[in-house]
Amino acid sequence: MNTVLCFARDFGSYAIKGGKMYYSWLLFLGFFILVGSYTAYIQFTEGLIVIGATDQVTLESFFANFVFTAHVAAAAVLVVAPGYFYHRKDLKELAVMGEIIAMVFVATGITFILFHMGRPDRTWHIVPFIGHMNFPNSMLSFDTIVLNVYLFLNMIGVSYILFKKYVGTFHEKQLATWFKPIVFLAIAWGPLIHIITAFVLASNARVGMWATAVLPFAFLSMAGASGPALVVLIFLLARKFTDLEIGNPAIDLMTDIIAWSLGILMLVFASEFFTLLYPSAEHANSLVYNMFGHKGLNHYVPWFWGTIIALASCFIALLFRRVRHSYHRWLPLVCFVVFFAVLIEKPMILIFPSFSPSPLGEYTEYHVTLVELFNVLFVWALGFFWLTVILKGAIGILTGEVRHHSAPAVSPDGMRGGM
Amino acid sequence: MSEGKTEGLKEANDALQGRREFLKNVCVSSAAALVAAPASTGAAAETANPDADVTVSEFFQGHFLLMSDEEKKQAIARLEKRYSAQYRKKTTVSNVEAPDGVLFGYALDISKCIGCRRCVHACVKENNQSRHDPEVQWIQVMKMPKGNIAFTAENLDKGYPEKSEFGDYGVQVGGNAYKTAGLSTEDAQNYYNDELVPDRDFFYMPVQCQQCEKPPCVKACPVRATFRDHAGVVLIDYNWCIGCRMCQLACPYHARRFNWGEPKLPAEEMNPKTHYFGNRPRMRGVMEKCTFCVQRTREGRNPACMEVCPVGARKFGNLLDPESDVRRVLATKRVFRFKEEFGTYPKFFYYIG
Repeated sequence: MNTVLCFARDFGSYAIKGGKMYYSWLLFLGFFILVGSYTAYIQFTEGLIVIGATDQVTLESFFANFVFTAHVAAAAVLVVAPGYFYHRKDLKELAVMGEIIAMVFVATGITFILFHMGRPDRTWHIVPFIGHMNFPNSMLSFDTIVLNVYLFLNMIGVSYILFKKYVGTFHEKQLATWFKPIVFLAIAWGPLIHIITAFVLASNARVGMWATAVLPFAFLSMAGASGPALVVLIFLLARKFTDLEIGNPAIDLMTDIIAWSLGILMLVFASEFFTLLYPSAEHANSLVYNMFGHKGLNHYVPWFWGTIIALASCFIALLFRRVRHSYHRWLPLVCFVVFFAVLIEKPMILIFPSFSPSPLGEYTEYHVTLVELFNVLFVWALGFFWLTVILKGAIGILTGEVRHHSAPAVSPDGMRGGM
Repeated sequence: MSEGKTEGLKEANDALQGRREFLKNVCVSSAAALVAAPASTGAAAETANPDADVTVSEFFQGHFLLMSDEEKKQAIARLEKRYSAQYRKKTTVSNVEAPDGVLFGYALDISKCIGCRRCVHACVKENNQSRHDPEVQWIQVMKMPKGNIAFTAENLDKGYPEKSEFGDYGVQVGGNAYKTAGLSTEDAQNYYNDELVPDRDFFYMPVQCQQCEKPPCVKACPVRATFRDHAGVVLIDYNWCIGCRMCQLACPYHARRFNWGEPKLPAEEMNPKTHYFGNRPRMRGVMEKCTFCVQRTREGRNPACMEVCPVGARKFGNLLDPESDVRRVLATKRVFRFKEEFGTYPKFFYYIG
């Protein structure tokens, strides 16, 4: 049989096999995919009127979640970069997991954008030559390009590494000459998708909260916190439930990255808040609204303080060695909180409050509708489904459980890739 | 090889069939929503798209400005056929070009405006906006307290200087001291419901698309669905818009409106004299905004909002013609542009007459 077909068959059959926990996790995601298919049908037949967005608050939770997926996707290079730049052997072997996270999260982000669009059936209008792309004027056209290129770079990287390991010929000397440049390009491209996404927002002079030079830095530091938080969680789960060996040093490096990203984020928040609040001029309106509400409209206030306090306490917690090394208790908890706090920050601090006051002085509260919520969960469930399945298959290949029958016998060194 | 090709073609054909069915269903369901409107209870289910092929050709049509003359003719014919059937009256979709040597401009006298909002409703009637759930309005009239825009009058004598070693000359405490300032539109009422206008304590400021010379919306559109025509008016190709709302995000005047749902336009209220870039009925999920009534102004008529204004607060004309009303206003009155700090160079001027 063709080697590629063998690869697909073995990879797929290993990926969908698992224990009770594994199946109940997939079933859990399946529930949201099922309900979400229905709510997505409602949205695509009735239009965006079924979600909470208005002419005043024109970006909805899909866009907010898209920004978050860009965070995580960009941060996945933090798994790849130490291996290739600093020759960390342990992380070089796990690099493919970072690339898988990047690939799946970019795809999830693009799905969110399809939900964001009023006419997803006209997506082809933006494809150059078939449609018409407003390049280089529109920042969204830049974003479309960088996201798609990042998706393909990672798809190439992931399939090449996994396939080579599957047939057992993944050795430093035998790699194709084009592979290294692709990996380095992908590493550089990660921050790029992020900076461009920040520019999509920062290019709108009328939204005072985004007209700030620290926005890309805020994005990068939040990426450095939320992405590795997910990576740590995945590493901890993978070494608990599979035979994949992940040493503590790999996890410790990720934890350090989270801690210092959060530290930089504290500085970014502080400089942002100071610059706005000290003069208390026009741009401070949205922030003051977010922090204290406006004439009885205080929907965002608890979210604001909750998120800020959560992020600050996670930063302080990670300064303690005991927390950083508590692999079974405190570290996963902190990572979980960081991941969700950054996720909540997107709609509740970054996106929704920035639209009030509107250009005509209106203050609006955004209330997420049920259909919108389930559509968000639908896209997340799809994303996590693919993430789970692809990571599971990849772990099978990394541990040597999945390999081609002609592949050389597994040596202790060659077991996890043999670099 | 050739076998594979024919199979591919067949597959594509099947896919097209599937898409046709799908679009047909979508159209029927949207028409059902239209029928549900009480005003159009009489309108039968055949307000649905009469010809599914029309929808498919519309789906594959390119940007209107990039079409050949033949394609433009076909696109217009398709639309006329569809609208005439849907609204059961002879509908014309014009494609008249903007006149040469013209730069359209608008001037509005805020000292005369009485806030009656006749312009708002005339605009809705003329431009075929959605009539209910929601009613889409392109003009928004701000009712603003006279005299005190960015502070509270009752707080003026409140507050006191902080005591310091310099005496009572410290930083002010209390009163307006903790309020963020600089928002000129604060305390504007956009949804007032007065029986009598004007209210003595307020002045009124209608805002609509300012037809900027440097429009941030045109820059932000990823597919160039919105563009500036050579008469200076910013227009939208509703059939090319992908509904990403980047233009709405970029606009500092809150001038753009999105069709969040299927627009609800009862057949009897529909204005059958339309323009491709102007007031032809829109579909769900696309952006729309004031076009200075492109269907009127390209034929030498005045915009509907100007015609209806009972106090003559609105002036419209050619900015390149020194004898036009707008140019006279610019030459003789105290004129300002709204939110000039955004550097968009609006061709909509406010003046105090």
